[in-house]
Amino acid sequence: MAHVGDTQAGNIPLAEVPDVELYHPKSWITKYVFSQDAKVIAIQYSCTAIAIGLVGLVLSWLMRLQLGFPDTFSFIEASDYYQYVTMHGMIMVIYLLTALFLGGFGNYLIPLMVGARDMVFPYVNMLSYWVYLIAVIVLTASFFVPGGPTGAGWTLYPPQAILSGTPGQEWGIILMLVSLILFIIGFTMGGLNYVVTVLQARARGMTLMRLPLTIWGIFVATILALLAFPALFVACVMMLLDRVLGTSFFMPDIVEIGEQLAYTGGSPILFQHLFWFFGHPEVYIVALPAFGIVSDLISVHARKSIFGYRMMVWAIIAIGGLSFIVWAHHMYVSGMNPYFGFFFATTTLIIAVPTALKLYNWVLTLWKGNIHFTIPMLFCIAFIVTFLNGGITGLFLGNVAVDVPLSDTMFVVAHFHMVMGVAPIFVVFGAIYHWFPLMSGRMLNEGMGKFHFWVTFVGAYLIYFPMHYLGFVGVPRRYYEVGETSFIPDSAADLNAFITVMVLIVGFAQVVFIFNIIRSLIKGKLAERNPWNATTLEWQTAEFPPGHGNFGDLPVVYRWAYEFSLPGVKDDFIPQNLAPNLINMADDDDSVDEQVAE
Amino acid sequence: MVLAIVLVILAIGSVVFHFLSPWWWTEIASNWGSIDDTIIITFWITGVVYTVVILFMAYCLYKYRYRKDRRAAYEPENTKLELWLTGLTTVGVVALLTPGLLAWNDFVTVPDDATEIEVLGQQWAWSFRLPGEDGVLGTTSAKNINDDNPFGINMDDPNGYDDILIEYDDLHLPLDRPVKVLLRAIDVLHDFYVPQFRAKMDLVPGMVTFFWLTPIREGTFDILCAELCGIGHHTMRGLVVVEELSAYQEWLQEQSTFADMLASNAERRMGKKIQLTKNQITDVAR
Amino acid sequence: MSIFSQISEKPWLESVDNIINMRPSNAFHVPTPIVGLRILLAAMTVLFVLTAISYADHMRLPNWRPLPDPFLLWLNTLILITSSVALQWARSAARHGDLGAVKKVFFAGGVLAIAFLLGQFLVSQQLVDMGYYASSNSANAFFYLITGLHALHLTGGMVAWGRTITKLLRGFSASQIALSVELCAIYWHFLLFVWLGLFTLMVST
Repeated sequence: MAHVGDTQAGNIPLAEVPDVELYHPKSWITKYVFSQDAKVIAIQYSCTAIAIGLVGLVLSWLMRLQLGFPDTFSFIEASDYYQYVTMHGMIMVIYLLTALFLGGFGNYLIPLMVGARDMVFPYVNMLSYWVYLIAVIVLTASFFVPGGPTGAGWTLYPPQAILSGTPGQEWGIILMLVSLILFIIGFTMGGLNYVVTVLQARARGMTLMRLPLTIWGIFVATILALLAFPALFVACVMMLLDRVLGTSFFMPDIVEIGEQLAYTGGSPILFQHLFWFFGHPEVYIVALPAFGIVSDLISVHARKSIFGYRMMVWAIIAIGGLSFIVWAHHMYVSGMNPYFGFFFATTTLIIAVPTALKLYNWVLTLWKGNIHFTIPMLFCIAFIVTFLNGGITGLFLGNVAVDVPLSDTMFVVAHFHMVMGVAPIFVVFGAIYHWFPLMSGRMLNEGMGKFHFWVTFVGAYLIYFPMHYLGFVGVPRRYYEVGETSFIPDSAADLNAFITVMVLIVGFAQVVFIFNIIRSLIKGKLAERNPWNATTLEWQTAEFPPGHGNFGDLPVVYRWAYEFSLPGVKDDFIPQNLAPNLINMADDDDSVDEQVAE
Repeated sequence: MVLAIVLVILAIGSVVFHFLSPWWWTEIASNWGSIDDTIIITFWITGVVYTVVILFMAYCLYKYRYRKDRRAAYEPENTKLELWLTGLTTVGVVALLTPGLLAWNDFVTVPDDATEIEVLGQQWAWSFRLPGEDGVLGTTSAKNINDDNPFGINMDDPNGYDDILIEYDDLHLPLDRPVKVLLRAIDVLHDFYVPQFRAKMDLVPGMVTFFWLTPIREGTFDILCAELCGIGHHTMRGLVVVEELSAYQEWLQEQSTFADMLASNAERRMGKKIQLTKNQITDVAR
Repeated sequence: MSIFSQISEKPWLESVDNIINMRPSNAFHVPTPIVGLRILLAAMTVLFVLTAISYADHMRLPNWRPLPDPFLLWLNTLILITSSVALQWARSAARHGDLGAVKKVFFAGGVLAIAFLLGQFLVSQQLVDMGYYASSNSANAFFYLITGLHALHLTGGMVAWGRTITKLLRGFSASQIALSVELCAIYWHFLLFVWLGLFTLMVST
């Protein structure tokens, strides 16, 4: 700590560059509707994503009603069920999680945390949201067209997706593909902003290794998305042409219900390769921001610097890189050359090593910490548990031979819900409880928060943990009803009913959460400026909540984001932009500070 | 505090559930015991990691819960510890991967004496084709499919005429004989899934996929489709009967070949024609 | 400092150096729009590479029947090369402050690009007239897909070109439009490069 109190360090001049040309809104419309301010765009993104996410949630209830109590709800027919499955999956993965983590948290946090006034291309950033909104509207429209939305499964595998045996073959699939194409265009606009802002608009002194892990997670996830979405884009364009113009990119010779179709010579597996070349990085597009955010939340609420920051950064980069060479582990039983299995099983299990290290480091951050059991912290711990669980089942499914009996069963459903459904959503919750005061100036109600946490955590575990065992029994996924079989015991139906009841209870807790947000916006307790005593720049803005332009003078960054409980310092945190000569050193009498937990 | 207790309950509860719950895999009926073994190994390794990590976390949450008079330790990293953890994880991963890849190596190596049979999937039913006396399946193409030729067998291929066709009926397999299952779909993706066999594979229109197995247990097992194939996906069922060779031979005798089918179709059609002509004659007579 | 040494720093060890040395809003010493463009081009590279791989994958399928290479396609390629050369010329003229040259050459480059787009449209018309429908063979479908995707991206570039032209007409100085011209030129070269790659792939098979 040679430089603490060093006056020279305190005399570093402020940023000498001319301030960025900041777009100043002139009317209510340009301030709140067609806004170019990343914070407003973030909130627009978040609200849209959560709104469509609620649709996805309701769809999951309908699905579970059918699975838990087959033959009870006559309004759910097989075609409806497959439409729910499809739309639930697509909405949750793309339109909720991707949009919320990158468009929502990315937009809000990147400029604030790197110490910039706004994104580098604000106009493009605004366009990004509006194209996303159109994509969501097109997607929603498919519920109202003749034939309804597509029921092809969120993977949209051809030839099935565009043939008449699948619900929504007339309009649903077309709207789905158009919506995805729009989403990708919109995302690319936003994604360029996120990456370039992190690269170019960092405040003075904000070196790469001083970035909070939230930014690292979002940054690498965005790079993955920019490089992975083109695969989905080209796959969607090809399938659209197959459906509309009758080309045969993915369509071989087909005899449908005794009738020879005009398609010839295409390759269905090509689609699967393209889809999963996007689809596996997509898992990390959702997971990496969650990794980053959870690292920051744990560190802040345990009052301890994140354990092994460098390893955490390297692991994010390594996972991001490896995620491009593991895609075919989704295709072990797809009929591709079986020898690929050796390669993809190996790469997949290698990716487990950096992922496991991240997990150890979160737990080791708690170790010797001073843990505040705030709601964000509770959700972080829930994340660790569910992510560990889902990561472990990933070791089953990534290991090619083990995948063979388990693929396409409820085990897979349980696995990916645990690892990329429940776990990232817990981080979203934690992040909302953590940053809500910053966004609104008010705290969320703690009582309702605790209720929300306990019901969601325990409920989600009780939903998905036993579901793995249904998969072991051999219950296949995407089944409207399993009916009579020789291998599924009757008790499995009881378990299904139990899971459905839990789903409805957990669903109710989400309603409480939404209510909490709305109520707290209006009459929540006013927040202090930095209620969690965090070190990062977003809490150091000129106004609170941060206003247009974020900062007064652009901040100068003197240290990394994890200066917690530094020995010899009075406070247990030092903000990143606090000049060294302003640090409040401990008096010698204050011996408690030295008494580090053993 | 409460959370620490909940985590302990959760860790122990999960282990108890694992051992006591009635939901476990159905008894295996094929040679893929090595897959089951790999799953058991994976369970042990990952189960230990899971329990240890959660219990350690519960300990941390209890031990280092917030106290006013305490301060967290300042320890940005500990390279030695991280290297140890990396090493241990790598060892664990290798221990999982090795039996898995060995099992996979068996899976992709079809024994020379395996009999080829063909499974044909379409929305939403299973059909099967067995080689006839020549022991060879005739070549096929989806373009040849019509009412007379539901399997699309190539008419120019002499090997095809003695193929035994089983449309929408049970498949029988002899006990303890390796079988190479060739998979073919004519419309969309399907997946031939018999839980007791452990093995499964997609049927892809436009190509022939395969896997192999040796049935080791007599019985009648469900065939399910495990790849979403449209609105009737869940109704796409079939049965496979594994039986002693003698019983299998007996069953095989009763099945008809492609040539038989062509003949009976032709006969039926001719019969119809003759009947029509007779009607016409009577009409004229009237 | 290389990226590797940057990400192996131990950030908890304080150092004042990196505060002083760091250029605040320009971390990588390259104009921000160019960084943005490069990243966009990386994403587009993935798109075109995957399309090319899909093409190659389809070629080994039994039904593949390649199309003829119309003469016009060679002419179009030549036009696109000239267009790219013109933009490169405009780029260096803008760097040297020669506004008159920029105006002429930059405009010419865009017109040539429009000519290329029209030419590509004619080629596809010709092929359709000859009965090479997208639905009749994958080779045809891929031809239309690849030329279509490429043309769409070039059309997108025309928007940037149009905006730069407006700036030129509104009397911006050479230094003010230098960056816009440079961005267009980089984008044009990229699309030329992509086209040459795809063209080679299609002609050689």
